[in-house]
Amino acid sequence: MTKTSQPKSNASETENSNDLTVTGADAVLRVLEDLNVEVIFGYPGGAVLPIYDALFKRNSIRHILVRHEQAAVHAAEGYARSTGKVGVVLVTSGPGATNAVTGLTDALMDSIPILCITGQVPTHLIGNDAFQEADTVGITRPCTKHNYLVKHAENLVPVLYEAFHVASSGRPGPVVVDLPKDIQFAPIDMGQVEPAKSKAVVRYRPVMIPDADAISQAADMIVSASRPIIYGGGGIINSGDEASEHLRELVALTGFPTTLTLMGLGVLPSEDKHFLGMLGMHGTYEANMSMYHCDVMLNVGARFDDRVTGLTSGFSPNSQKIHIDIDKSSINKNIRVDLGIVGDAGIALKMLVDEVKKRKAAIKKDALSEWWKKIEEWRAVRCLDYNQKGDIIKPQYAIHRLWQKCKGDDVYVTTEVGQHQMWAAQYFGFNAPKRWMTSGGLGTMGYGLPAAMGVQIGNPGKTVIDIAGEASFMMNMQELSTIAQYQLPVKIYIINNEWMGMVRQWQELIHGGRYSESYSASLPDFQKLADCFGMKGLVAKVTDDLDPVIDEMLGTDGPVLVDVRVAKEENCFPMIPSGATHNQMLLGPNDKAAKPVSEEGMVLV
Amino acid sequence: MSQHLNSDEVRHTLSILVDNEPGVLARVIGLFSGRGYNIESLTVAGVDEANNLSRISIVTRGSPMVIEQVKAQLDRIVPVHMVRDLTQQGLHIERELALIKVVNKGESRIEALRIADTFRANTLDSTLESFVFEVTGSSSKISAFVELMRSLGHVEVSRTGVSAISRGLNVDMPIRTQNETQE
Ligand SMILES: Cc1ncc(C[n+]2csc(CCOP(=O)(O)OP(=O)(O)O)c2C)c(N)n1
Ligand SMILES: [Mg+2]
Repeated sequence: MTKTSQPKSNASETENSNDLTVTGADAVLRVLEDLNVEVIFGYPGGAVLPIYDALFKRNSIRHILVRHEQAAVHAAEGYARSTGKVGVVLVTSGPGATNAVTGLTDALMDSIPILCITGQVPTHLIGNDAFQEADTVGITRPCTKHNYLVKHAENLVPVLYEAFHVASSGRPGPVVVDLPKDIQFAPIDMGQVEPAKSKAVVRYRPVMIPDADAISQAADMIVSASRPIIYGGGGIINSGDEASEHLRELVALTGFPTTLTLMGLGVLPSEDKHFLGMLGMHGTYEANMSMYHCDVMLNVGARFDDRVTGLTSGFSPNSQKIHIDIDKSSINKNIRVDLGIVGDAGIALKMLVDEVKKRKAAIKKDALSEWWKKIEEWRAVRCLDYNQKGDIIKPQYAIHRLWQKCKGDDVYVTTEVGQHQMWAAQYFGFNAPKRWMTSGGLGTMGYGLPAAMGVQIGNPGKTVIDIAGEASFMMNMQELSTIAQYQLPVKIYIINNEWMGMVRQWQELIHGGRYSESYSASLPDFQKLADCFGMKGLVAKVTDDLDPVIDEMLGTDGPVLVDVRVAKEENCFPMIPSGATHNQMLLGPNDKAAKPVSEEGMVLV
Repeated sequence: MSQHLNSDEVRHTLSILVDNEPGVLARVIGLFSGRGYNIESLTVAGVDEANNLSRISIVTRGSPMVIEQVKAQLDRIVPVHMVRDLTQQGLHIERELALIKVVNKGESRIEALRIADTFRANTLDSTLESFVFEVTGSSSKISAFVELMRSLGHVEVSRTGVSAISRGLNVDMPIRTQNETQE
């Protein structure tokens, strides 16, 4: 790296000037511009003021001012997940960085590409317990894919390019760049941009193209199956839209039953006849039974998460398992597989489709139709049926109706965490990838509202709905102010059961109905709350209110906050109780007495 | 440093080539503590100044599935360039260096010197009542030496941990010239 000769603090020189020296802060903006960043979610403070100044002067990138740094990261996650681009976050040192930690951890667990720039005290003060100093790289090391502390000005530009590249390639994830304030003022030679870019790509090169022999081996296994199942996850969405196309092609080609994880919903249209619904703890009976009884399982871009497998020792005991994943460490981590394939889901699926085509004649049609017969029997249990009678709105009905009203439109949904999240996964159907944004791995209450803001920013003109629980909503409800400021027409659809419903459910099932601290007391009047932020507030108290309220919500141009008062003690079924296997599902409230949760299961989360 | 030995647990020695930058050791150690893997020994030092690379040797213990995980997880760390499993690859050499101070008098001093000689230890320092020995070898050889010294006086020990390399003409982690790395 060459040292620059003439320090220049004035950043306003023209592009075609020979002297390419700018300030560090200005360099940050220039790099982000070069990377086609359209929007930054952030919150200012002392340690990032130079960058905010450059933002003001250059006026090239939109900035969304959130009301809490956690929300900045969730908003960036929503933006990233719904657009396929990198979400960019800018926060100050100390409390700004620590507030971002939950969002970063969330993005790490769900593999979401985030570039988070944090301010830091000047390099000469690092380690002195300076005002608003925190060991940001130390704190965020375990909750980022990678992080950097820029101690020398000449590293700034290379680090930014590399950080962006690391965040977005391979298995995506959050990357933090910690930027001391003196570096933001330091002179930077922008003449070194091109080598910095190419170096980033050389330094981090994840394996994308899978081994061709392994793919053909997978094709052999697939066509020889009598009871196959395809189990797809969020990796297919992260890979890009073509990956979903290829999966659809594979499903059409083989006629195989297919289930998707919470992260993968939308990869296959919800009403495709091959789709068995979501699998796992609150997945469908047919999906879980098929997983249990299959003889060949093809996992693409999912990670055998404990919410999906149930008790691992009894997981799909008689199947040959194929696992395609971009992250080698996901293979054989929780479940031992027979064939592990490292590579990009989209590329692997395309290769697999080609190989299966060659072997199409070998597919065991008769066995497959027997298998489908069995699956239809499980389907006939109709595990998601619910009983909507009388005036009290069932939460399932509230979501089911919302979906029926949204059907046919290109709608984006985020959720908070709890029962409403699982009901949304069960009763709202998705026809395309990138339409469903939920906190899967970390299960972060307060995710949905800021995520919806990011989705709306990335998809202007589209309908964006946060299906929320009343308790989760209150964890980041300060963001109503952000929504009001930018007039984001986000629809907040609160499934208000006056309980931390999911906690209450577990207390009912496992802790003898002692509802310790799970009641949502002192709730605000949500309509008035909406009113005081200048947005529309609606309430649905009885069944007959629901349709008109949904219609009005969807028909309103601006933001709307809807309070749907639902049955308070409804539980989320079907359910694999913790410590149980896929074939031991509880189908409804009457099932529970017969199958108490095992002691082993009690300790599981 | 964990002492419990499960029956299916195996001991593996790994070599890891990393960028010599602040934080890289914290990443490696954080991975082991965060995911509950064992570290029996860990050594690190720069090996390639021109390319700014360090080599870490780790001795770990776990079930075969966990060992595979350890390697895959290490490989995921961005500044990690290469992970080699010397135990899996076969013949390799493991060496450790220890400095042992023994404080004693009389007959025991003579015995200490005699044992040091059979272990090919060097005497680096001596007073009328003490020696400092330097001994290299396998970890078990060093442990055996330390045990013997303990029966001969007050003992203080400083061990480096295991450093390892494969046998034969295979160069797994070559030190490259600057030109080679520029391309
Ligand atoms: C930040 C955070 N704290 C605590 C929890 C544990 N938790 C999981 S669901 C839940 C209750 C959520 O209540 P609500 O938002 O009303 O949703 P409901 O289950 O009632 O639909 C809690 C407390 C969590 N997931 N996230
Ligand atoms: Mg609730």
